[in-house]
Amino acid sequence: MPEVPAILRRGLPWLLLALAAAAPAALSGYDLNLLARFMAMAILALGLVLVWGHGGILSLGQGVFFGLGGYAIAMHMKLADLPAGEMPDFMVWSGREALPLWWAPFGSATFAIAAAILVPTLVAALFAWAVFHRRVGGTYFALITQALALAFATLIISQQDATGGFNGLTDFYSILGFGLASPRTGVGLYWLTLAILCAAFVGLRWLTASRFGMLLRAARDGENRVRFLGYSPVPFKVVAFAIGALLAGIAGALFTLHAGVVSPALIGVVPSIEMVIWVAVGGRYSLAGAIVGALAVNLARDAVSSAFPELWLYCMGALFILVVTLMPNGLAGLLKGRAA
Amino acid sequence: MSEAVADLLLAVDGVTVDYSGFKALDGFSLTLNRGDRRVVIGPNGAGKSTLCDTIIGRVRPSEGRVIFRGEEIQALPEQAIVARGICRKFQAPGVLPTLSVRDNLALAARRDRRWWKALGTGIPPAERAAVDEALETVGLTARADVPAGTLAHGEKQWLEIAMVLATRAELILLDEPTAGMGPAETSRTADLIHSLGPHRTVLVIDHDMSFVEQLGAPVTVMHQGRFLKQGSIAEVRADAQVAAVYLGHAA
Amino acid sequence: MDLFLNQLFNGVSLASLYLLASLGLALSFGLMRVINMAHGEMLMLGGYLAWATLLVVPGAAGILIAMPVAFVGAAAMGGVIQTVLIRRLSARPLDTLLATWGVSLVLQQAARDLFGAVGVEVRAPAWLEGSVELAGVVIPTARLFIIGVAVAVLGGLALILLKTRIGLLVRAVNQDRMMASATGIAVGRVDLAVFCLGSGVAGLAGVMLALLGPVTPSVGQAYIIPAFLVVVMGGLGSITGTTAAAVILGVFAALAQLFVDVSVSQMLLLVFVVLFIQFRPQGVVAVRTRQLDA
Repeated sequence: MPEVPAILRRGLPWLLLALAAAAPAALSGYDLNLLARFMAMAILALGLVLVWGHGGILSLGQGVFFGLGGYAIAMHMKLADLPAGEMPDFMVWSGREALPLWWAPFGSATFAIAAAILVPTLVAALFAWAVFHRRVGGTYFALITQALALAFATLIISQQDATGGFNGLTDFYSILGFGLASPRTGVGLYWLTLAILCAAFVGLRWLTASRFGMLLRAARDGENRVRFLGYSPVPFKVVAFAIGALLAGIAGALFTLHAGVVSPALIGVVPSIEMVIWVAVGGRYSLAGAIVGALAVNLARDAVSSAFPELWLYCMGALFILVVTLMPNGLAGLLKGRAA
Repeated sequence: MSEAVADLLLAVDGVTVDYSGFKALDGFSLTLNRGDRRVVIGPNGAGKSTLCDTIIGRVRPSEGRVIFRGEEIQALPEQAIVARGICRKFQAPGVLPTLSVRDNLALAARRDRRWWKALGTGIPPAERAAVDEALETVGLTARADVPAGTLAHGEKQWLEIAMVLATRAELILLDEPTAGMGPAETSRTADLIHSLGPHRTVLVIDHDMSFVEQLGAPVTVMHQGRFLKQGSIAEVRADAQVAAVYLGHAA
Repeated sequence: MDLFLNQLFNGVSLASLYLLASLGLALSFGLMRVINMAHGEMLMLGGYLAWATLLVVPGAAGILIAMPVAFVGAAAMGGVIQTVLIRRLSARPLDTLLATWGVSLVLQQAARDLFGAVGVEVRAPAWLEGSVELAGVVIPTARLFIIGVAVAVLGGLALILLKTRIGLLVRAVNQDRMMASATGIAVGRVDLAVFCLGSGVAGLAGVMLALLGPVTPSVGQAYIIPAFLVVVMGGLGSITGTTAAAVILGVFAALAQLFVDVSVSQMLLLVFVVLFIQFRPQGVVAVRTRQLDA
C-alpha cells in the first residue's frame, strides 16, 4: 500500500466534512434522513472505539444506553404533543388510568434532554464501577453486558402499558415546537447530528491522545502493571465506559428524532452486538474507521435487507467471522500497517 | 531503641502465605532499615518471589503483618501500597508494550496519579526532567520513542528498572533484575544500585552469585518459606546448612 | 406454602437446565478462557436432532435414542467450530466471543430456513407425560426426568474428570497450560476433547428443552444468557462452582417469580449476580493458585 500523500491526508477530512455539510442540497428527504440515522449510529460507534479499542472493554449491551437516550426523547415527544392532562394513545388502549409517575417530568424538554444525556452515563458508570472495582472484567464483563441488554429489552416489552411494549414509542409530531414532518426540521436535525458527530470525533481524538488515553491503553495491556505503578485502573475504565454510554445515549436520542420510532427491536441483544460489528469493520482503534464502518455496514444492511431480508443475518454472521479472524484491525488496519 | 525504631522502614512479621495447602511463606520475618541494601537468596520454591508479592500486595498473607513506615499495609490495594513508596521490578519484564519507552517512564514518574489529572496532554515539565534523566541513566535516550514492546529483552529489563526508580519509591524490590543479562550489563546494574544513595532502600532477589558479590550487601537465605540464615556473603558461603539446602535441592 | 414448594421445585428443574446449558461453557472457559457464543445453538441442534430422531423412531424408546444422537451431533458441531474457528483465536478471548456470535447468527438463520421460524413439536413419550404427587406438589414426570439427567451428566463428568486418563490430562492443562504442553501433553487435542464433550452436553440439554416446548431456531437463546451468568458466578472452570451457581440462579429466578413477573425476574437475576460479585468476585468456588492474571 503506497503512502498517502500528506496534502490528501490533511485535506480529505475537510473535503468530506464539506460534502457532508452540503448533503441536504443534493439528497432527497428520504436519503438525507437515512444518512442522518447512520450518522447518529456513527456517534455511538465513536464511543465504542474508546471503550473497546482503547479500553479493551467489550460491551455487548451498548443498545441499552442507546435505548435510554432514545426513550427519554421519545417520552418527551409523546407528552409534548398532547393536550395537558391527557395520556399517550397506547396507554389509553392498554387501559391505564393515569400517567405513570416517572413519565411526568419528561413533559419538560430540558428534563428530557438532560435525561437522554445523563441517565445512560450514570447508569453505565454505576454498572461498570460495580463490576470493575471487584476486578471482574474481560469475557465476564462482556457476558454481563449481554445479560443487561436482554434484561432491559425484556423489561420494556413486558411493561406494555408504560413503555409501549414491543411496538415501542412512535407517532411523534414535533420537537421543541418544530414540526417533524417539515423538510426544514429534517435538514436542521441533520446538521445538528453532523455537528455532534464532529464534536465527538474531535473530543475523542483529544482524549485518546491525552495521558488519560495513554493510561487507558496501559490498563488494557497490563492492568496489574498499571496497579504496580501506583494507579488504580478502575476509574479510567469506568470513565471510558461512561463516555461510551454518553455518546450512545446522544446517538439514541438523535436516531429516535430521525427515525420517528424507538422500540425494543432496536436495542436488544442482537442490535447491541451489531453495533460492535460497525466498529470491527472500520477498525477498533480508529475513530475515522468507526464512522466509515457505521455508515458502510448500515448502508449495506439497508440495501441487503430491503431486497433479501433473510440474507442479512447470514451476511452479518459472515461479517463477524471474517472480520475478526482475517482483519482484526478493520478497514483502518488495511490502510496503515498498524493503528494505535 | 528509639533510634532503631526511627530507622526501621519495613517489617515483615511472621507472614504465612498458603496456596491451597502449600505454604509458600511459613511464618517468615524480615526487617529493613532506611538505606539498607539486602539480598535474598534461596533455592527455587524457597518463597523469594512470594515475599515480594506479599510486600507489594499481590498476594494476601493468611497470617502475619507487613509494616511499612509504622503502618500495616498487608490489606491495602496494590496501588495504595505503591503510593506509600514501595515499587517492584517483576521477574518477567512488565513494561507496557504498546506505549513508547518515554511514555512508560512518564507514567512511572507521575506524582499525581488521580484519574482526572490525566486529562491533559504531554508530560509536565517537572516530570519531563525526571524522565530524561531516567532515560539517560539506563542508556535508552536514543530509543525513547519506540514502543516498549519492540525492545530487546535486556533493554526491557533496564527500562523496568528505570521505571521503578522513576516512581521515587523509598523501598525498591528487585526480583531477579539481572535475569537474561550478560556479565557487563550485570555489573552495570550493580553499579546502578550502588549509586542510588541513602534515601533508597533496596531488596534484591537474585540467583547470580557474582552479582550478589558485587552488591556486597548482607544476605538473607530462605528455604521452604522460612528464614534459614543471615550474614555476609562469606558467612553464608561457609555455612554448612546453606550448602546442604542448595546441594539437597540440586540432588 | 404449596405455591412456595411448587416454585422451589420449578427452581430446581430450571437449575438443571441451566446446569446442562452451562457445563460445557464452564469446562472450556476454565481450560481455554474462551466462551463459545454459539453454545446456545448446540442446544437448538440437540432439540432438532431429538425431533428428527423421533420422526424415525417413534414410540417409547425414541427419546432414549435421541439423547445419544443429540450428544454426538452437537459434539461434532462443537468440534468443527473449535477446530475451524476458536483454535485460531485462542489468544484473543473477546474476538472469540464475536466470531462465535457470527456462527450463532448463521446457525439460527439456517435453522429458520430449514425448519421454519415457528418451530417443531416433539411429543414426549407416554411414560414422561404423567405427573407425580410429592408432599402436596404435583410434579410433571418430564421435569423429574430432566433433573435426573442433569444429575447423571454431572456424575458422569465428575467420573471422567477424576478417574480417567483424559480427565487427568484435562486437569493438568487446567492447572498449567505451558507446563502441560512442555511435558508432552497434546494440549490442542485436550482442548478439542473438552470442547466436544461440552457441546455434547449442550446437545443433551436441547433434548430436554424439546420435552418442555417447541423447538425453535432461537430456543437456545432463552437459556444461554442465564447460562452465561452461571459461568460468571461459578468461578473459573470449577464444576462444583458451576453446579452451585446453576442451583442458586435457578432457584432464585423461580422464587422471584412468586413476587414479580418473569421479565422483572430476569432483571433481578442480573442485579443478583452483580451484587454477588461485590462479595465474591472470584465466583462461588475460588481456587487459589500462583497464577494470577497476566
